[in-house]
Amino acid sequence: MAKTIIEKIWDEHIVYEEEGKPDLLYIDLHLIHEVTSPQAFEGLRLNNRKVRRPDLCYATMDHNVPTRNREQIKDVIARKQISTLQQNCEEFGVPLANMDHPDQGIVHIIGPELGLTQPGKTIVCGDSHTSTHGAFGAIAFGIGTSEVEHVLSTQTLWQAKPKTMQIKVKGELGYGVAAKDIILAIISKFGIDMGTGYIVEYTGEAIRKLSMEERMTICNMSIEAGARAGLISPDATTVEFLRGREHVPSGEAFEKEAARWLALATDEGALYDKTVEISTDEIEPFVTWGTNPSMGSGVSQSVPFTYDFAETSDKQAHEKALAYMGLEQGMPLEDIAISNVFIGSCTNARLSDLRTAATVIAGRKVHPNVTAIVVPGSQTVKKQAEQEGIDKVFLEAGFEWRESGCSMCLAMNDDIVPAGEHCASTSNRNFEGRQGAGSRTHLMSPAMAAAAAIEGHIVDIRKFGLVNA
Amino acid sequence: MEPINEINSVITPLNQKNVDTDQIISKEFLKRIERTGFGKYLFYHWRFDANDEPIKDFVLNDERYKDSTILVAHDNFGCGSSREHAPWSILDYGFRVVIAPSFADIFYSNCMKNGILPIKLSVDEVESLLSKDVYDVAVNLEAQTVTGVDGVVYSFDIDPYQKNMLLNGWDEISLTFQYEDKIKAYEDKVAQA
Ligand code: SF4
Repeated sequence: MAKTIIEKIWDEHIVYEEEGKPDLLYIDLHLIHEVTSPQAFEGLRLNNRKVRRPDLCYATMDHNVPTRNREQIKDVIARKQISTLQQNCEEFGVPLANMDHPDQGIVHIIGPELGLTQPGKTIVCGDSHTSTHGAFGAIAFGIGTSEVEHVLSTQTLWQAKPKTMQIKVKGELGYGVAAKDIILAIISKFGIDMGTGYIVEYTGEAIRKLSMEERMTICNMSIEAGARAGLISPDATTVEFLRGREHVPSGEAFEKEAARWLALATDEGALYDKTVEISTDEIEPFVTWGTNPSMGSGVSQSVPFTYDFAETSDKQAHEKALAYMGLEQGMPLEDIAISNVFIGSCTNARLSDLRTAATVIAGRKVHPNVTAIVVPGSQTVKKQAEQEGIDKVFLEAGFEWRESGCSMCLAMNDDIVPAGEHCASTSNRNFEGRQGAGSRTHLMSPAMAAAAAIEGHIVDIRKFGLVNA
Repeated sequence: MEPINEINSVITPLNQKNVDTDQIISKEFLKRIERTGFGKYLFYHWRFDANDEPIKDFVLNDERYKDSTILVAHDNFGCGSSREHAPWSILDYGFRVVIAPSFADIFYSNCMKNGILPIKLSVDEVESLLSKDVYDVAVNLEAQTVTGVDGVVYSFDIDPYQKNMLLNGWDEISLTFQYEDKIKAYEDKVAQA
């Protein structure tokens, strides 16, 4: 029978199944970071348990780390959390890319970089953006700390089989439209809970043509549509990305693996529990104006009116969001003034994102009202960008060039958007206070954020000129 | 974790949809390495203003709900970040039950692991609960009912496996260790492939 990739991977990983129970699923890769793991390791210690398969774990520190002056973390509790991860990894034998390690970076950026992320794997991490790894054709999802402890001690999880959903993106992407715009358009069209209870597979011509970096941007934000996992069937693009990476086999063994990966792709005629479609005609460069990722519109539009919404609860949410954001109904999105720009996060801080942003700002200057920072997704991205001279382009334009980490995506470290200020951000969440208490986030693509840094307000990248976003 | 079956309390009506875990527990409070002590930070930026003074019209600051152990909210409660600090703060604050028309997947499962009962009722039923000022209910997990002080009974569905875990307060990891041989067999099979 024709199967989706989701069913193929799931069925292969069932350790035990019984009527009336969730399936006991084997986990191939467990990524770990400093914020959601300390209580899990503590649980192991209290119960005298070991990590079952340290060889299937990989840890790094990203959420809390400073992006400058790494040597001295002022925040005592943050420092404690970082040293706790270090001690835990030593005690339990878990491989760790420490803060001064050349492989350090945001956990969802380094997994693919190192070739740990591979098609057909089940991948978990105590972080909701684990969905990123689905870009490779893996079932990858975020878990809570109790589940982190469960995986550490048993290398398995009890999981009810999720429903499957296909999101088909039809047509070819227009000029200036980026992967970020596709996913923001999907979430805005279908809502932030459309994916609850599902694993999503993205299909269609527009998806097939995307690079691996762009596919990661899309899968990354599956969780913003409520889907715990989102994936894309592997193809030649996937295989070529992985060739030669540290943790994949080489030579003949690689070819054998590659053949196995390609066979995982969803079979012709396989059925999904649900299919939705979006056409590229509906997708222009997108920005958010509200306080969740579905509150966004094409950049040529205006902030919606409350009367545009039918349900009372939506009207209330809209009013509350605009009050928080300090925006007027009906104002053109391009009129929103920006004073902070953040190019970073696991959504858009890979080398290709930095290259795109650099093209936009090359030879231009950051607007005098704007503070702009670039936080590369990993130390590897940072090094490569520096080899290409991209850091110079940013610095000459007036951006700050930082060390890698989550940074202003969630503002757990010192990188904070001041209360009341508007930030053009390439990250994935615009919740109240996400980038600092009172901060006002506008999500957009790297090219759009770069253009906003130059102009000091939101701009339509298609008018700004010369981009191959 | 603490077993849960019968809970009697006034409900705390939080009339909002898409309440995300960043609101439930803000990132500045995630640096602790313990599971406890998060209650005082629950909904911090909705409860307190910039000077740490209580914001009067926020429902958790309403004296009438001071001892409530049941939180009621609108659709898609707990969306966003996977942080288990969200249910930890809810539990530590004193809630044992959360009622909503729908929950985000990770949050829902995180509740289950901590002895918090997440109850899904229909939109109409939740709206009727949210419209009441002060309303006492009796939750019974065994019977899968929420009974109002006025005698109105709301029934809810829950996965039998999850129900059993909550009723008994079982530790899932110990249970999984009973399948050790199956896990070993799976690993051997993979190693040979
Ligand atoms: S960059 Fe942001 S979304 Fe990604 S893992 Fe870090 S905090 Fe989470």
